[in-house]
Amino acid sequence: MKIAVCIKQVASTNGPLQLDVGAGWLREADTAFETNAADSHALEAGLAIRDRLGGEVLVVSLGPDRVTAVLRDALAKGAERAIHVVREDAHKLDPAQVAEALAAVLREEGCELILCGLQSDDVGHGQTGALLAECLGWPLVGIVAALEVETPHKVRARRELEAGWSQWVELPPPCVLTIQSGINKPRYAGMKGMLAAKKKPITRVEPQFAGGMRNQQVIEQIYFPHRAKQTRLLEGAPADAAAQLVALLNLRGVQ
Amino acid sequence: MSDMHGTLVIVERAAEGVSRHSLEVVAFAQALGDPVRVLFPGIPDQSTADLLQAMHVEALLTCPELEPCDVYDDDAYVEAIVRCIASLNPLHVLLPHSYTARDHAPRLAARLKVTLVSDCIAIEHDEKGFFYTRQLFQGRTHARVRVAGEGPVLVTLQAGIGRAESVARGAVAAPLTPCAIELVARAARVSAEAPFRESARNVDLTRARILVAVGRGIKSAENIALAQRLADLLGAELAASRAVCDEGWLPIERQVGSSGQTVAPALYIALGISGAVQHLVGMKGADTIVAINKDASAPIFDVADYAIVGDLFEVVPALIQALENT
Repeated sequence: MKIAVCIKQVASTNGPLQLDVGAGWLREADTAFETNAADSHALEAGLAIRDRLGGEVLVVSLGPDRVTAVLRDALAKGAERAIHVVREDAHKLDPAQVAEALAAVLREEGCELILCGLQSDDVGHGQTGALLAECLGWPLVGIVAALEVETPHKVRARRELEAGWSQWVELPPPCVLTIQSGINKPRYAGMKGMLAAKKKPITRVEPQFAGGMRNQQVIEQIYFPHRAKQTRLLEGAPADAAAQLVALLNLRGVQ
Repeated sequence: MSDMHGTLVIVERAAEGVSRHSLEVVAFAQALGDPVRVLFPGIPDQSTADLLQAMHVEALLTCPELEPCDVYDDDAYVEAIVRCIASLNPLHVLLPHSYTARDHAPRLAARLKVTLVSDCIAIEHDEKGFFYTRQLFQGRTHARVRVAGEGPVLVTLQAGIGRAESVARGAVAAPLTPCAIELVARAARVSAEAPFRESARNVDLTRARILVAVGRGIKSAENIALAQRLADLLGAELAASRAVCDEGWLPIERQVGSSGQTVAPALYIALGISGAVQHLVGMKGADTIVAINKDASAPIFDVADYAIVGDLFEVVPALIQALENT
């Protein structure tokens, strides 16, 4: 089965954020980057299907030069090849433009299955997979929390619905799935994989946009939010902080 | 086609007629100031019609082409709603940022050739026009977003954006007007089974007065016992972030957040929870929030009344000792 996985490189969710307020974005030079968490799960889902049914996994990422790091990591985990859609100011693109640029690449590839993470941990639009399905005219299954692909001709997926509800759906490929985090345990890249990845191709392409959008959005400003609440910081050693909390909330005998 | 004007709210069906989140969006739309039209994706039953017709709105629209709706076909839904939006020609189309809207709102936008501002927390207006506030980096920063160009702007709104109880009521019942569209019948591309609930839900976190909630900072299944001891001393229930349930350290029925339960206890004690948006929407309504976390920049502190920046493996034992020494 030929599977494409779209991955995004995002600012590390644990690292500090330094803002470039004027540019409406991060000071990238001071930022650590990593693979978006949901995309790691999408990649693992793709690799697991390939391990079972054969075929290949193609990873695609849109972004500046630094994006090669996450593509190389995906290749080390076992993806066969990578396409880097090179765009220096990718964070300024409308979600629709991102999907158009990915669709332009994937349309040529003849994939049967496209997997995307549900949403990114940076801008968090959560739109790429659904827009990609529209660009390609393929059906979409969104927020997939379990996946069964026993043959190349049928995809069975459990969609996550509101408030703990779920639903199984079935459809024939080609289709786009957006993958929820927690669906699997992403594998680590071993030394052998890392060495092999050096020989695997990363194709660089320019983004192509279909155009025709009537309007588009852009970030004008980025800022740290004002705290809505007056937060009282309880300081001191753990025992002191604990004692303050017990006294303040009158926690003794609350039950 | 009518002149481009006003706000169109597309409500979502639910067991109770219309989802609570949809009603929050209606209340928010009314406060925005432009005339509000509400579109119900189907034909409402009598009690739902009563609920809708009590609202103060410019028009109430239905979409008979989406009946019967026993099996949700998102292709048919997208096709029908796109035609409704095109014929109604609103300035803004507002939807709840629900699980189903995450699937179909981008597709509506793509077919209308317009942008979608998703998971928005505020819409305001200044001399340059409308601007939209979104949370970036899982709530650690906010962004002000502008839309340039023509055509309606689609916006999905985060849960808690308005109060369902404060939907303004109209003096007279608005008539239900079917939206005149033609839908070309097409075979469904996806075959769907009946929705089900994974767990029996024998834990109802919404009834707990006190919740002790654990996040990834708890580090392992073995350490849950520490949180359980604190919960027992307080007569509290244990709750968890998604990460903890994904790891299998606590069952999914104890999950609080957008994919779990929404709670509003008297006291919520968050242990090692960073406070991603998806978690905060499920608990920010608690009366008192205590956050204990090593990382002083964790977003959980933004909603906390009391903050202890420290290692939970030092603070929680100290808390247990303080409670036991009474």
